[in-house]
This record gives sequence, C-alpha cells and structure tokens, in this order.
Amino acid sequence: MGSSARAAIVGVAESDLGRTPGKTVLQLQHQAARAALDDAGFTFEDVDALFCAGNWAWSPNLMLAEYLGIRPRYTDTTNIGGSSFEAHIGHAVAGIEAGLFEVALIAYGSTQRSDRSRNRGGHTFRLTEQFEPAYGLPTPVGAYALAAMRHMFEYGTTSEQLAEVAVATRKWAMLNEKAFMRDPITIEDVLNSRWIAEPLHLLDCCLVTDGGGAVVVASAERARHARKPPVWIIGHGEAHTHNSITNMPDLATHQAAMLSGRAAFAMAGLTPADIDVVEIYDSFTITVLLTLEALGFCERGEGGAFVSGQRTAPGGPFPMNTNGGGLSYCHPGMYGIFLLIEATRQLRGECGPRQVEGARTALAHGTGGVLSSAATVLLGKD
Amino acid sequence: MPAQIPASLFQQDSETRPYWEGLAQSELRIQRCDACSRAVFYPRSICPHCHADQLSWIVASGRGTIYSYTVAHQAFGMFADETPFIVAIIELEEGVRMMSRIIDAPRERVAIGLPVQVTFETVGENITLPYFRLLS
Repeated sequence: MGSSARAAIVGVAESDLGRTPGKTVLQLQHQAARAALDDAGFTFEDVDALFCAGNWAWSPNLMLAEYLGIRPRYTDTTNIGGSSFEAHIGHAVAGIEAGLFEVALIAYGSTQRSDRSRNRGGHTFRLTEQFEPAYGLPTPVGAYALAAMRHMFEYGTTSEQLAEVAVATRKWAMLNEKAFMRDPITIEDVLNSRWIAEPLHLLDCCLVTDGGGAVVVASAERARHARKPPVWIIGHGEAHTHNSITNMPDLATHQAAMLSGRAAFAMAGLTPADIDVVEIYDSFTITVLLTLEALGFCERGEGGAFVSGQRTAPGGPFPMNTNGGGLSYCHPGMYGIFLLIEATRQLRGECGPRQVEGARTALAHGTGGVLSSAATVLLGKD
Repeated sequence: MPAQIPASLFQQDSETRPYWEGLAQSELRIQRCDACSRAVFYPRSICPHCHADQLSWIVASGRGTIYSYTVAHQAFGMFADETPFIVAIIELEEGVRMMSRIIDAPRERVAIGLPVQVTFETVGENITLPYFRLLS
C-alpha cells in the first residue's frame, strides 16, 4: 500500500501537552519540530518548506521560521481551522510532486489553556460577521449544538448515542499515558454532566488544553533515507462550504467532509471498508457522527446507530480516535495535527497498549471552524 | 433580560447599513437578486446563488420557522449572566436563514419547525435587533 505514492510522513511528535505554563507557542513548536525531525532522522537543515497555522502572529510562518532559523523556499499558512494540518498534507504532497521542495515541516502550538484566551470576547462585529455575535451564541460549541439539534430532529439521533462516542474515546485515553483525562466515564456520566448548549453536555465537548505538534513530510526519495519506514500519503482531499453556522447548507450533513473524503478515497483507490484505523476530529461528539456519515462509513442519519454498543472502543470492530481524541487526550485549539501523529504511529506499530494490530491503512480527518472546512488524509504502509 | 450591547461593537458598512437602519424602523430588510429572484441574507454585492451583481432591497414579512435552536447554558462576555437563553436559526418565508433569539417562550414549547414572527427589540443605544416569538 503506497509504493506509488510521491510523498510520505517520516516524522511525528508532540510537544508538552496539557498545561504548559511558562512556555510560549514558539517553544512548544520548537520542541515538537525538533522531536519530529529526530523521529525522521532529519535536522532543521533538511527543512525547505514550512507549513503552520495559528492566530498568535499576523504571519505565523514569518515569525516561526525566523525563530527556528530556517529559510523555507516554500511556505503555506493556510488556516481553515482545526483541519488546517490535513490540508497542509495535501498541499505538501502537491508541492513535492511539482518539484518545489523535498522536506516539509508542519507545526502547531497553542497555549490557550494557560492564557485563558478562549472566548475572551470583545471583538467587533464586522464584515460578514455582523449578523451572529449579538445573539450571544457561545462559539464554537453553540454552532455544533445547532447541528446536533437538527440531526436529532431529522434522524432521531439521541443524547445516548452521542455519549457513546465520549465513553469509547475515554477508554482509548485510558490506554494513552499522555492523555489529559483518563478516569473511566459512563454514558450516564455524560448525560448527567452539565448542559453547555443543548443538546450538548460538558462531556460531549473537547478539552481545552495547551500543546503543540509537528509532522515532517518528505519526497519518496528522501523518505527512503529516513530513520523509520515511510508512512505513505496515498490520498488527500479538502473542501469548505461556509464560514458562519447560519450559512451551513444543511446542518445535519457535513458536506465539506463528503467532498474531501470522496476526493481522498478516489485518489487512493480505496473505499471506507479498506481502512483499518480511523482518526476523526472530535471537537464535539456530534462532529464524529456527522463525519462518519459524510465519509461513507455509514449511511446518512445512521451515525448514532453506528457508534452504539461501544463499537469504536478498544477491542471493538471500528477502532477510532485511538489516542483518546480531542475529547480526552488533548485539544489545544486546532487539533488536526494530532490526528496525523496518531495515525502515523498506528501504522508504525508504535502505540503499545492501544495499538490496533495489523493496521496497514489509516484515515485522518480534520474538521475546522463550525463544520466549515474539512480535509481528509489517507495513509498506508509498505 | 438581554444584555445591553455597546453600539461601538457594531461596525456597520455601506453594504449593511440599510439592514441596520431598517431594524431601527421596525423593518426586516433583506435582499433579492434581480437576476434569479432568490432572496439573499446577509447583505452583499454578489448573489451567492447565480453570482449576478444586481440586488435589490425588500422588506421581509418577518414570518418564518425554526430551522434549529439551542439553549445556551454557558455563555461568554456580556452574555454570561443571561443564561439560559435560546438561540435559533430562523428560516424566513422568503427562503433565507438568519440567526436570532427566541424570546418569551417556555423552553418546553420551543421546537424545530414551529412558526415564528419577528419582534424588534432595543438592546443598546441606537441598536435594534430582530428577535422572534412563537406564533401561537
């Protein structure tokens, strides 16, 4: 699987995760980048393309490259929210195929937990964003709640079904010593946790943590000289459909994920049934249901039934979010890079107690904004 | 009671001013594309359906249905003390959707698909917002 691929992931790493008081976003990205390059057997001198996304500088790429002392000949600061890093993978493959560079560093870092920066508010209501913020919807959770309510209305999806995702994901987190939340929870615990925005409870929502991550992508030729076997990028796709939740075409259908998934599977020549391990952005439990349906793992409206009976938990027939996800492992604002890190480790067989035995294909799917953007990456090993 | 919202937060522009001025006169103004006749909200210079560049202002009836809603139990900034409150996406009978609040309705009575009617509420100095009430 992947012998014809033009590019591969050769290095992955997290920085410190959870609470990182005293560390800056630059330190976290340096830490993750150094560890990912070590993982690849590469150095900063090998990096000739830089991809990052963040709102901590007016041009994060300029600041990060200067800080790291690298002078990329290709740069991409695509920011479409939490799916940015899956999009970066696609862009990196395209750049490598075009012969524009050979080794790309994708980096992310956030200190949102220590900064208490989420939802500080006070932004003016301008341009196309004059028509929502005056109503006080807590974002992004309120937007996902609106989608969940519509999904329940159209398909009869239940709070218990949403809770199945949170419970199964926690079971994976209990197998990951890096996970932030490792105490077992039950479906009743989810249903009894306080409302944030109906129908979403606290335990339907991702964590707010600090943390960073890095992924190194190399051309096929350079990948063959990396320290570990390449994890081939065999398919990718991206799409976005709206900016604000009011303008989502259909609140019960993740159309961006339908488009990105279709493109990625077509490129790889695979179908959902061919995927051994699945890492899906779980900003909220509803995000997972919408994405499973959109990617074709189940029919539209059947996401709730699909995850019921702990089918996605360790030992179940559909291993999903095996690091414990944004719900229980870490979620530093834009989680997408951690999906790629876990998918790569699963294909390398590095996951210890949470390893999915014999995994040869993996899917990493990012969702950004308020179900606005999507990017899908399919990975395979020789 | 809804929070008082400082007028300085609203950065109206030449394209959106007719909408805001309409609210002050208890009119819910939206646009209609001169080429394809479809309604458009929020205001803009291009029809997002057919990409024509001629749009006209119309006054919406103010009637619609609840497309989706949530009850916010946690909110931020100036809205933090208002919880719980109901935010909805309203589908106007002209065919466009807009975000709003459902007010003066017991939570148990609010449901997707119910008909609603606009009501104009002053939320700050010179700021009027379109909220919605259930049509009984």
